[in-house]
Amino acid sequence: MNIPSGFKSGARAEPKPMQGSSVVKWSLILAAVLFSIVFLLLPLINVFAQAFAYGWNVYWAALKDPDTASAVRLTLIVAAISVPLNAVFGLAASWAIAKFEFRGKTLLLTLIDLPFSISPVVAGLLFVLLFGAGGLLGPWLEAHHVQIIFALPGMVLATIFVTFPYVARELIPVMRQQGREQEEAALTLGAGGWKTFWLVTLPSVKWGLFYGIILCNARAMGEYGAVWVVSGHVAGETDTLPLRVEKLYNEFDPAAPFAVATLLALLALATMALKAFLDWKSRDES
Amino acid sequence: MSIELKSVTKHYGRVSALADISFSVTDGELVALLGPSGSGKTTVLRLIAGLETPESGGIFIRGAQVNDVPVRRRNIGFVFQNYALFRNMNIARNIAFGLKIKKWRPEQIHARVEELAGLLELHGLLDRYPHQLSGGQRQRVAIARALAPKPDVLLLDEPFAAVDAQIRQELRQWLVRLHHDIRLTTIFVTHDQEEAMEVSDRIVVFSQGHLEQVGTPQEVYERPRNEFVARFVGVLNVVELEVRHGVARCQELEFPAHGLVDGQKMRIGFRPYNVQVSPDPSLCRHRGVLRKTYFLGVMLRLEIELPSGLVIRSRISKEEYARLGLKDDHEVSFQIRTYRILSKEGDPLGNEVATTHTHKPMPHLGEGI
Repeated sequence: MNIPSGFKSGARAEPKPMQGSSVVKWSLILAAVLFSIVFLLLPLINVFAQAFAYGWNVYWAALKDPDTASAVRLTLIVAAISVPLNAVFGLAASWAIAKFEFRGKTLLLTLIDLPFSISPVVAGLLFVLLFGAGGLLGPWLEAHHVQIIFALPGMVLATIFVTFPYVARELIPVMRQQGREQEEAALTLGAGGWKTFWLVTLPSVKWGLFYGIILCNARAMGEYGAVWVVSGHVAGETDTLPLRVEKLYNEFDPAAPFAVATLLALLALATMALKAFLDWKSRDES
Repeated sequence: MSIELKSVTKHYGRVSALADISFSVTDGELVALLGPSGSGKTTVLRLIAGLETPESGGIFIRGAQVNDVPVRRRNIGFVFQNYALFRNMNIARNIAFGLKIKKWRPEQIHARVEELAGLLELHGLLDRYPHQLSGGQRQRVAIARALAPKPDVLLLDEPFAAVDAQIRQELRQWLVRLHHDIRLTTIFVTHDQEEAMEVSDRIVVFSQGHLEQVGTPQEVYERPRNEFVARFVGVLNVVELEVRHGVARCQELEFPAHGLVDGQKMRIGFRPYNVQVSPDPSLCRHRGVLRKTYFLGVMLRLEIELPSGLVIRSRISKEEYARLGLKDDHEVSFQIRTYRILSKEGDPLGNEVATTHTHKPMPHLGEGI
């Protein structure tokens, strides 16, 4: 993966290329290329090859299956709720961390990183133990007819948990690098906090923010482990795309799981293309 | 009185950043806050702007206490050291920012931006972006942006630190002219004594969070209140004397005891231009060897080594040097026209001027030290 937009800039000069022997250079490049082909490119091509192995008609039929269509819808809904929430949270957290000094800053940073180090399955279990029928808040929720686990709210919660760090982690270095001077300048020119945020802070981190959001979105749509635990696997109701792929695969369907998998693969490709575009765009401007 | 600080103190954690600072700036004045880095000068500027809050003491702008007035209502113009231009806006929008915030009408904004572009020679740059400008141009944009909303005071943090030596010289002159034209109360921070001397009406000298002296460039240079100011503002010869047999001495140099008794010490200082040099080894009171001559343009600096090894610096004009026919490694004699007692034992703030009375009187040129 390339270094995200914010990390690059005049502050750190790129090191000069080493004047080493060309044998070493080319064998290293070859190893990297071979590795990428075997482990990244071939599997991706295979997904498309398997999906289209029985022709277009089978492919379309697999995608038009009502349960699959419902999985697409659910995936979009989960992402549509969790990504904006994480974007807002990430902005607030990175602003606080990069621009202010306060007690517990290290703790907040560690908490933001927590989802990176916890297995998604455990993350899902945390919510089951909290909101499930036998969980801490289960009886109260049941009494008030609120269903969280095995329903949309649980899946959204699990997704938010897993994708929690993406936007914040992307923005903290960008914001740190910007410093506070531009914002202070806005204050001396008569702007209040809110106007300063909208007119100065947000525009200066926009590429970093977009970048964090697309990564967050890719992860939200592709999340499997945590959602698997809290979803309940009701076909046509609580299956997201990754869960749908697994289910079809377990049913020994020869083409359908690959057909649905192409949707996720296309999402990944679109994410990569957007990311490349943002890299180019932000470099162009700095 | 445009700006006044009364007994302002400020700490960062347990470190004292400013201790009991009081001074005032009159309407239309151009004042330099001078000091080494970490002396608290930038903190003072930020306190006036409202970017920092004092722990105690009062800050007054036009007679009104502004301690609790937020930055955006103080009506100050601030120019940051690295300019802090808005990267995502072109130059015209940078300059117009404060006017839009204050809800000026578009045609008024346009007129004001044009006016400032004229004043600061920014025509042709208005639709560029900050990263497309040179350091000097960015500097002018930052000043234009700060001036646009017609502030009561203009505050500049190290305005010339980030540009080359040559452009710095031009910008200094240009700031003086600008100030002369618009007569806006202006305070700037600098660590460069030459810059402070050249540009300002008055200088406020800081060191380690203390205010050392306030005065015109001439006052600060010729009548420094203590050794720190004397050393920081210009080159200074400092000699530590000890009184023996009723005479204050350091190696071969002898001075009156100024009321001190045997065994007591004092420190004196004198500027190089108050060291008069003669090629005749017996003409003046002290003897030495001219070790090295530094050419500084119109002026020359001489280093005279006394037999004991003590080195005294002198400063004379090129013409004087030629007239006297001085040569390196030749014996010379010199005399100190006037000196200042920097500190006396038991009286650390003793600070008086004395003129040396020699057996062969020399024209008395120097004032102060």
